[in-house]
Amino acid sequence: MLRIKNLDAGYGPLKVLRKVTMHVGTGEIVTIIGANGAGKSTLLKTISGLLRAGAGEMMLDQQNIGRASTEAIVMSGCSLVPEGRQVFAPMTVQENLVLGGFVQYYRKKRQEVRQDLDRVYSLFPRLKEREGQYAGTLSGGEQQMLAIGRAMMARPKLIMMDEPSMGLAPLMVKDIFSIITRLRDEGITVLLVEQNAKAALGIADRGYVLETGRVIQEGQAKDLLANKDVQRAYLGRDLDTETEII
Amino acid sequence: MYWEPEQEQMDRDELAQLQLERLESTLNRVYMNVPFYRKKLDEMKVDIDSIKSPEDIRRLPFTTKNDLRDNYPYGLFAVPLREVVRIHASSGTTGLSTVVGYTRNDIKTWSNLVARIMTAGGVTKDDVVQIAFGYSLFTGGFGIHYGAECIGASVIPISSGKTARQIKIMQDFKTTALVCTPSYAMLIADTIREMGISTDTLSLKYGLFGAEPWSEAMRREIQDKLNIVCTDNYGLSEVMGPGVAGECMERDGLHINEDHFFVEIVNPETLEPVQVGEVGEIVITTLTKEAFPVIRFRTRDLTRLMPEPCKCGRTFHRMSRVMGRTDDMLIIKGVNVFPSQIEHVLLGISGTEPHYQIIVDRKGALDDVTLRVEVQDPVYLTDMARQMELVETIKRKLVSELGIGVHIKLLESKTLERTEGKAKRVIDNRKL
Repeated sequence: MLRIKNLDAGYGPLKVLRKVTMHVGTGEIVTIIGANGAGKSTLLKTISGLLRAGAGEMMLDQQNIGRASTEAIVMSGCSLVPEGRQVFAPMTVQENLVLGGFVQYYRKKRQEVRQDLDRVYSLFPRLKEREGQYAGTLSGGEQQMLAIGRAMMARPKLIMMDEPSMGLAPLMVKDIFSIITRLRDEGITVLLVEQNAKAALGIADRGYVLETGRVIQEGQAKDLLANKDVQRAYLGRDLDTETEII
Repeated sequence: MYWEPEQEQMDRDELAQLQLERLESTLNRVYMNVPFYRKKLDEMKVDIDSIKSPEDIRRLPFTTKNDLRDNYPYGLFAVPLREVVRIHASSGTTGLSTVVGYTRNDIKTWSNLVARIMTAGGVTKDDVVQIAFGYSLFTGGFGIHYGAECIGASVIPISSGKTARQIKIMQDFKTTALVCTPSYAMLIADTIREMGISTDTLSLKYGLFGAEPWSEAMRREIQDKLNIVCTDNYGLSEVMGPGVAGECMERDGLHINEDHFFVEIVNPETLEPVQVGEVGEIVITTLTKEAFPVIRFRTRDLTRLMPEPCKCGRTFHRMSRVMGRTDDMLIIKGVNVFPSQIEHVLLGISGTEPHYQIIVDRKGALDDVTLRVEVQDPVYLTDMARQMELVETIKRKLVSELGIGVHIKLLESKTLERTEGKAKRVIDNRKL
């Protein structure tokens, strides 16, 4: 699905990602874990075209997306659920979702937006209940659902999520993670960035550990999870002390 | 039969991506965690960021057995010792031993890779596996043991030695697969014959042999004597132990577990890559090892790469059986000679046994080689005419195949020391 080779990226003179090589296979949940500032969000921003890569190669299903615009990348089937939700607060839930479906207008399939809305509402009945409510008045968990729903409206093959558990109550985190697994079961490939390494590795197939912009470990999620000492060394904390949510 | 069908039949293009990912993360890790590599790379002004494809690996320095010795015992470990759950040391074929460590994940990976080669060699969970490798610091015993258990076979950890007992257990426990060095398998086969035991009374089906070079002729001989299917496998403790590569039922080259090891074949003198298919020294970089990653380790083992697809369906490239070691290579009168070549010649001559010893002396300025070889039939020792005839045949064949003249000394059967581990074939008395 997604193949990245030797990707460098950063902000101005600040180099954040150094030669990142990774891939996400069709139907997989792949997680990127790492401490604060490791470059996880930068990686997602670079893949989604919000940030220009300094060097390297990015292929989405045989198509080079290295120079593509963000809209083109979304059109090609790769959507981002940004860190901190970034829902449009003064707009209603439904308006937020319809905006997410902008690509269907490009694709001249505006009549299908209704179906997509129904699909999102069936996945998140809570959003249906609040379809007329302003997004800014939703709880954190609901906003996260809305952000995921909005990304789904573009009918992505690959959905990338940046810290979906951030700032949510443990029970809500559990819901969000089970939604992620459900998306995968429906055939959507997931690239998940998380600081909550234990939870992310718990649902992922494979994982990459980023440290100061470099991949220092990769492997099956269960192996990375089993490797508590390595995790502690790389993440600077003990996984056992993290809240058990899965 | 595959152990991990998905990996073992992986698309080569996907494999290339995976190798690059793993190579880069290994490099990042060793640069960060192993002062030896960091210092060496910095001194040579090699920026790990310039390694962007597997071919770029050529810019990295080699790691030699000496580097491992210089860092004895723990200097090259990439994780703190508390994360290491096992320590082994190399068998020290060529001198001081070298120390290697494994994390819990390394042991899991290792078991899995051994399970792959054992499955390829015919072993299933229904087999009774007799492991006649030494259980010690040597990686052979434990490596095979964990792999066989991983498959679910019934494992007999008999270790090496006590040949008569090996055979008794083989009969009583109904061993179906034997794992040891080829020279020990030969000794077991000969002992079985001497004891007058018919192979029909044994349940043996498969032999998985490794840890020393052996020839195709020797395979045929063991297969015939024991009436089993023999496969070759390859590994070395500096890199992991058994499980690096192994033959499938086609018995035509050993599939390298390329998703865990990156191999290069280089000319041992110029250190430049050889043409694909040419013989050279195999150089290995580990791609997933945690405790003891090695970068471009010079194995001293000579082989060639076989990139042609294999009938078994595995996509991993094969290496030919190891033809010898660069440090086993004798330069006799300017000619490169490997003990395995001599073995090959001997196996082609009826009357001789593949038990031999090469003694090299220097007389004046000239190399003088004596080949001591056992004969099966004592008639060669009593009947001068037949003795002369056999000696001449051996001499003639050696001259035509190797281009060197040697003295031949025929020995009574069982004169040369039998080993339960690796055979000692060469005694070099030259003070070079």
